Amino acid sequence: MTEPVIKCDSVYKIFGAKAQKMLQEANGNVDAKTFQDNGCIVGVNNASFEVSKGEILVVMGLSGSGKSTLLRCISRLTDATAGKIFIEGQDLLSLNNKQLINLRRNKMGMVFQSFALLPHKTVVENIAFPLQIKGIKTQETINKAMDMVKLVGLDGRENYFPRELSGGQQQRVGIARSLAVEPDIWFLDEPFSALDPLIRKEMQDEFLRLQEKLKKTIMFITHDFDEALKLADRIAIMKDGIIEQLDTPANIVLNPATDYVRRFTEEVPREKVLKIEDVMDKISNENLSDFKVSKNSIIGHVAKKILSQEKNVAVVDINNKIVGTVHPSKIINTVFGGKRNNN
Amino acid sequence: MELLKKYPKLIQWLFLLVVFFFLCFAIDVPETYKFIRVQAEFIKDPNQVSYTMFGTEVRYYPFDNFWRLPPLLGWLPIWVNDFIVFLLEEWMPVEYWNEDTQEFRTQPLILKITRNISAIMTFVIELIREIILGGVETVVTFTSWDWIDANPWAKLPGLPWTIVAAGTAILGYKLSGKGLGIFAGLTMIYVSIFGQWEPSMKTLSFILVATPLSFIFGLILGILAFKSKRVEKFLNPILMVMQTMPQYSVLVPALVLFGNGDHAAVIITMIVAIPPMILLTLLGLRSVPLEVIEAGKMSGCNNYQLMFKVLIPTARRDILIGVNQVIMVCFSMAVIAAYIGAQGLGHYLLVALNQLNIGAALEAGLCISLIAILLDKMSLAWANKQNDYFGNLTFFQRYKNTLFFAGSVIVGVTISYIGSFYLINGFNYLFEIPHNKGISTADFWNKGVDWIFDTFFYSLKIFNTWLIIEVLQPMRALYLRMPAVATLVLIIGAGYIVGGIRSALIVGGLSLFIALSPWWDRALVTTYMATFGVIVSCIIGLIVGTLCFQNKHTTSFMLALCDIFQTFPSFVYLIPVMMLFGITDTSVLIAVVVYATIPAVRYTIEGLKSVPAALHDVASMSGVTKIQRLLKIEFPLAFPHMMLGLNQTIVFALFMVIIGAFIGTEDLGQYILKALSDKKGAGIGLLLGVCVAFIGLIFDNLIRTWVNKRKKHLGID
Repeated sequence: MTEPVIKCDSVYKIFGAKAQKMLQEANGNVDAKTFQDNGCIVGVNNASFEVSKGEILVVMGLSGSGKSTLLRCISRLTDATAGKIFIEGQDLLSLNNKQLINLRRNKMGMVFQSFALLPHKTVVENIAFPLQIKGIKTQETINKAMDMVKLVGLDGRENYFPRELSGGQQQRVGIARSLAVEPDIWFLDEPFSALDPLIRKEMQDEFLRLQEKLKKTIMFITHDFDEALKLADRIAIMKDGIIEQLDTPANIVLNPATDYVRRFTEEVPREKVLKIEDVMDKISNENLSDFKVSKNSIIGHVAKKILSQEKNVAVVDINNKIVGTVHPSKIINTVFGGKRNNN
Repeated sequence: MELLKKYPKLIQWLFLLVVFFFLCFAIDVPETYKFIRVQAEFIKDPNQVSYTMFGTEVRYYPFDNFWRLPPLLGWLPIWVNDFIVFLLEEWMPVEYWNEDTQEFRTQPLILKITRNISAIMTFVIELIREIILGGVETVVTFTSWDWIDANPWAKLPGLPWTIVAAGTAILGYKLSGKGLGIFAGLTMIYVSIFGQWEPSMKTLSFILVATPLSFIFGLILGILAFKSKRVEKFLNPILMVMQTMPQYSVLVPALVLFGNGDHAAVIITMIVAIPPMILLTLLGLRSVPLEVIEAGKMSGCNNYQLMFKVLIPTARRDILIGVNQVIMVCFSMAVIAAYIGAQGLGHYLLVALNQLNIGAALEAGLCISLIAILLDKMSLAWANKQNDYFGNLTFFQRYKNTLFFAGSVIVGVTISYIGSFYLINGFNYLFEIPHNKGISTADFWNKGVDWIFDTFFYSLKIFNTWLIIEVLQPMRALYLRMPAVATLVLIIGAGYIVGGIRSALIVGGLSLFIALSPWWDRALVTTYMATFGVIVSCIIGLIVGTLCFQNKHTTSFMLALCDIFQTFPSFVYLIPVMMLFGITDTSVLIAVVVYATIPAVRYTIEGLKSVPAALHDVASMSGVTKIQRLLKIEFPLAFPHMMLGLNQTIVFALFMVIIGAFIGTEDLGQYILKALSDKKGAGIGLLLGVCVAFIGLIFDNLIRTWVNKRKKHLGID
């Protein structure tokens, strides 16, 4: 098995003067209430997870749930109070300042909710900024930045100042800037939250398009559950600093671990989240219809075709090998089964 | 009762006023009391009593302690003065090798340091001066006078004025395009052909040293304060006092420490110009959004890159206001520092004002103002300049500015060389137009002044007399009639009502310091003049500001006008009022009013602007008239911001009142001016300044505390 790109091991982040001491006394059993009474605020509470190469992990939670704090611990914008964080096997917290800067210059890119562009620099200068910080020659950085401008579709606006751009365009600059150094790890902190719904959808598609091409290891923060379902390989749902559940979108919808998670999943249209493989039955020797369906297709996309069949439909994997069957009634159940039928 | 419910503090205020007036009427004016017009404190008089403290004898006229507190701090100025002298002349003697006498000598450490700083400053100023005007001092620094006598060719030749003018215009063009280029060129040509070249360039050389140094030091200290809480805590009280301290009062200590001349002027200018720079740097850095800092860190910035490539450029709006302030203070000081030997326009301005040659003063003042505006615009343009990476420029396009400048150097040198043949008997106008040979409009202005005087003599005089007899004298008498105890009760009470026990202690401490100093009466006169100025300014500012705000164009026009007026050195304001009203209190007060109206107007407009647009719409949808909207929505919401303007107005008014001492007033300023010519004046000047600063700080504390509470109450921050 390959080593995970990001690995967190019981990470705690507690704000307050007595944080260190209280954490030791708590002995791994952190209760937000007792901490709060002592003037400490629990940001992240015992977070352990791994992100493997090329995976999109979406961290979902409402405001104040500690999701941004968690991201800042992993990018070491704040130091975690306790626990271990490994970036490609390297202990992040043991890095000295110089090594940390090196890591950020070459391995990490980050996109911010409020774009965080430098107001005195033009689009192309903003994008070239991380390269210039590395000490690359100006003309070279500008050329490289121009490639990024094209990648995010801002050609013709490279000499605009951030204040002259719309929110969506500004965030494209932010994305381009974070990708300019060609990082392996990409952090996105609520990148689309400040945008209008239509622009947000457009940017989400853009994001998926880029990821298709670039295959980065991604941690994506959002408070929008739909966005999480749409983008994630896996979702971590946070509440009060604790990761309530970390699983694939389908499993979260099908098997919410806590009531809190269930409240999010109730309204979600299943057919848009679940794949055929999530609902298929074991291979049986019945008559199968001629129509075959890939196990990875989203139910909503193929529902019409399956429903037009009368017999069971064969489910195949990439190699066109039959791995299961699905009956049209199952599809109807999934779409209209509603809340009662969670399994 | 309704009213009390609405304004719960009303009863406290009423109670305070009742106590105040009770004290005023209960405490009689002592029969022996009279306002001391001359410096009788220094004359021995059998009616005086005296005490000795720290070896200093303090004499004063004793009054009932309720009426005037005894000057228990009277020894302090003398003591401070002795302390400075001790530091300078006796403390920590160090040995050094004297080249001339070939022996070891001793010199006190501070004196050595100040002399060295002076020498460096003098050298830099002279260098810039001689690059423009020519001279031998720079060469002498590296060699000796004997060597110069033997080698008469060895001197800096100076630049013909045509080259400097062309260079400035090209620089202006390069920075911001045609407009600034033309303005720069015209300014320089004006300065030259009106015969102000030499003094202008002397002033400029002084500015070109003082401004960058103040900027750099202010920026560095601002950064340090941003990085370290401890530095900020240490700097804060000093900055507060320096912000409100009149520029005059720092002159005397600087004179003692650094002697007379341009170098001392530069140092004192830095002392005055650095505090606002620090404050604005700090303010700017504080307001950089956290995410921008994080973005910088994630881009892999080290600390240095984070500060200079992310934080400072992002905070540049506030930092630029700081630069603007620095330039403003530098030009202001260019005039005031003429008292301690700064050369140039300031010197001419002071001399002209002293001779009541209003025309000449006006010309010098106009030159200073023009150069000030020019420098201000150039620094702004420089900071906003952007790079072009994509232009495929030809060699000529890329270097056209340099080429043009090179061309103008050749042309300038050639024509001034030719000029030296043709204009051999007179002056080489193509090289430099001497001070008294330019076109002078002084006579025209002087005749104009005379004409105004002849024509409007009676109406002006009537107005003047009316103002003095009906308004100013009674007001002043009222202020002086207040018993010290009543005043203290009023101030401390106001502090308590506005900001609780903490504010009461602060303002009480500040006012007690003034009450125990030997200058309470003078401070009252200063306060009365400032109050008059502030009240009139605020009324004008409120009306003008509100009217201008009704229209978008007048708003921006007025703000631009305020910008320009603010760039004028404060001394310049004295010129037109002296034209009209001669040497009277009225002149000072009108200058105060004009000067203090600038912030009043500006903050009124900005306050109204800060009212959120949504609230306008809400008001309109509720069907209010324009007047209703103004009274019910805009004024209440803009009020906190406008009160900050009041704060500025008070500081501006105090400054001008003190500067007005030049015309002749009977307040603290008069004493500061006297301290300038006093051998032992350093301590007196400094503490007088502190007293003025404390007056400002009392109001500052009350207003600020009130504004902060009000803002919290209104939920705007």
